[in-house]
Amino acid sequence: MIADYFASDTVQTALDILKTQFPIAIWETVYVTILSTAFSIIIGLPLGVLIVAGEDGKILKIPKAVLSVLNVIINLLRSVPFLILMIMVFPLTRLIVGTVVGTPASVVPLVIAAFPFVARLVESSLRELNPNIIEMAQSMGSSPFQIIAKVMIPESMPSLISNMTIALTTILGYSAMSGILGGGGLGKIAINYGYYRYQYLVMIFAVVFLIVLVQLFQSLGTYLATRTDKRLKNR
Amino acid sequence: MIEIQNLTKTFQTSGGTVEALKGISLTVEDGDIFGIIGMSGAGKSTLVRCINMLERPTSGNIIIDGKDMGKLSNKELREERRNITMIFQGFNLLMQRNCLKNVCFPLELAGVKKSEAVKRATELLNIVGLGDKLSSYPAQLSGGQQQRVAIARALATHPKILLCDEATSALDPQTTQSILSLIREIHDKLGITVIVITHQMSVVEQICTKVAILDKGNIAEVGQVSDVFAAPKSDAAKRLVYPEGYESSVSIQEDEKVFRVVFNGAMTTNKPMIAQMAIDLNIAANIKAASTQCIGDKAFGNMILGISGGEEELKKAMEYMGNMPNIHVEEIVK
Repeated sequence: MIADYFASDTVQTALDILKTQFPIAIWETVYVTILSTAFSIIIGLPLGVLIVAGEDGKILKIPKAVLSVLNVIINLLRSVPFLILMIMVFPLTRLIVGTVVGTPASVVPLVIAAFPFVARLVESSLRELNPNIIEMAQSMGSSPFQIIAKVMIPESMPSLISNMTIALTTILGYSAMSGILGGGGLGKIAINYGYYRYQYLVMIFAVVFLIVLVQLFQSLGTYLATRTDKRLKNR
Repeated sequence: MIEIQNLTKTFQTSGGTVEALKGISLTVEDGDIFGIIGMSGAGKSTLVRCINMLERPTSGNIIIDGKDMGKLSNKELREERRNITMIFQGFNLLMQRNCLKNVCFPLELAGVKKSEAVKRATELLNIVGLGDKLSSYPAQLSGGQQQRVAIARALATHPKILLCDEATSALDPQTTQSILSLIREIHDKLGITVIVITHQMSVVEQICTKVAILDKGNIAEVGQVSDVFAAPKSDAAKRLVYPEGYESSVSIQEDEKVFRVVFNGAMTTNKPMIAQMAIDLNIAANIKAASTQCIGDKAFGNMILGISGGEEELKKAMEYMGNMPNIHVEEIVK
């Protein structure tokens, strides 16, 4: 059976697919992942900041009820399995993109699924910050906005970069999953050829490229995180 | 001038309400180096945080140069805080900024032009002796150097008041010395008012002109440092001034009278004074506790002596000791 995968004609078709379809699929996966991560950060970062800065009214005076609602929404979105969420947001996707199939359309559910995750990651990064630093900034006359923009975010930058790398690789995985419901990229190829047409070799190729992409993103993220961290001496 | 009037602060904790400050009134004159000393939990940190409203007092007022800090709007308070800066036990530098940018931080907050901020920061780092570390990051500096950066940062906005919250408690004795002399030097040069929070008597001794002793949320004693040191009146002050010779730790026999001998720079190091007293008065004293140190040939510290016999002997012994220059005696009544 395994030998069948490597029969010369299967290998030949797989190689053909590799040449004709993979470049565009890789490109689609990369751009969907990066775009979705970018939008998730645009939405998730401010939410994470609000949760931490608003806690007990320490930095920002946000009503407790608003924070509770925010937390509930984040938890709700985080508990819905991605594929189901994707179907649930079809109306929204249609509204924004005009269609629910295709690569650009998959960005909408990816962002909806990922921004709550990003908000939580941002929250955990900002919580690592020494509270005395915030007190110092307040004692020097910082406004709440200055505390966020000049202290909380820059001081947490290495941790934020590491956590955003985690978000990016997770979104990459989700984007592959979106191939089942019309999303494009490597996930679609793996499902279409490997699951529907039994061309496992093609699926393996797709998986290998996914692994390579995750590795690349992770290494880049780790490199940037250590590079920016000035707490590491003698660098 | 800083006027603290009837300040109280209570905290609600899961274990009930905690009264951190129970009605503190205190006046700090311009140009003082004012020490606030107390054991941990005495309320020192809460008190200093009330001065710049990092903690809102439960009741009472903080009036700085006629301005009631509690009545300022948020914006006015932020501006006022540029006049009352603070250094901390943990230095609290921004770890992702180099020294120069750390010192620029309060200037950025105040909206000072970048070129001017850099100029001022460079100047200050030179003053604190770190002119060669402008582009070093805090993690590359020692604790003492980090505190110097923090001092430079605190001075950036030309403050009138510098609050030092246990600023030397995380440093070794030698570095403590150098930081204290830097604070003193800055005080003398700029004439700013300095409030020093500490649990170490040696810190107060070294740089403060006045001292308030804080005990369980109350002020136990206030005065000139030299007065409080020579004759501490309150229990809390005695515990701090005589950490090893505190009277309640001394067991006293029934037929024994005890008194304290305080050495305030007495030239006694080459005089066998207790033996001499035994010869001269025929009174044998028992050393119950002692904590003295010699600086040059002068003695500092105190000693608790026990005399067996009656009032008469005690009186004679106290007179004998008390007549020596720079020695102060007091009876300890059990």
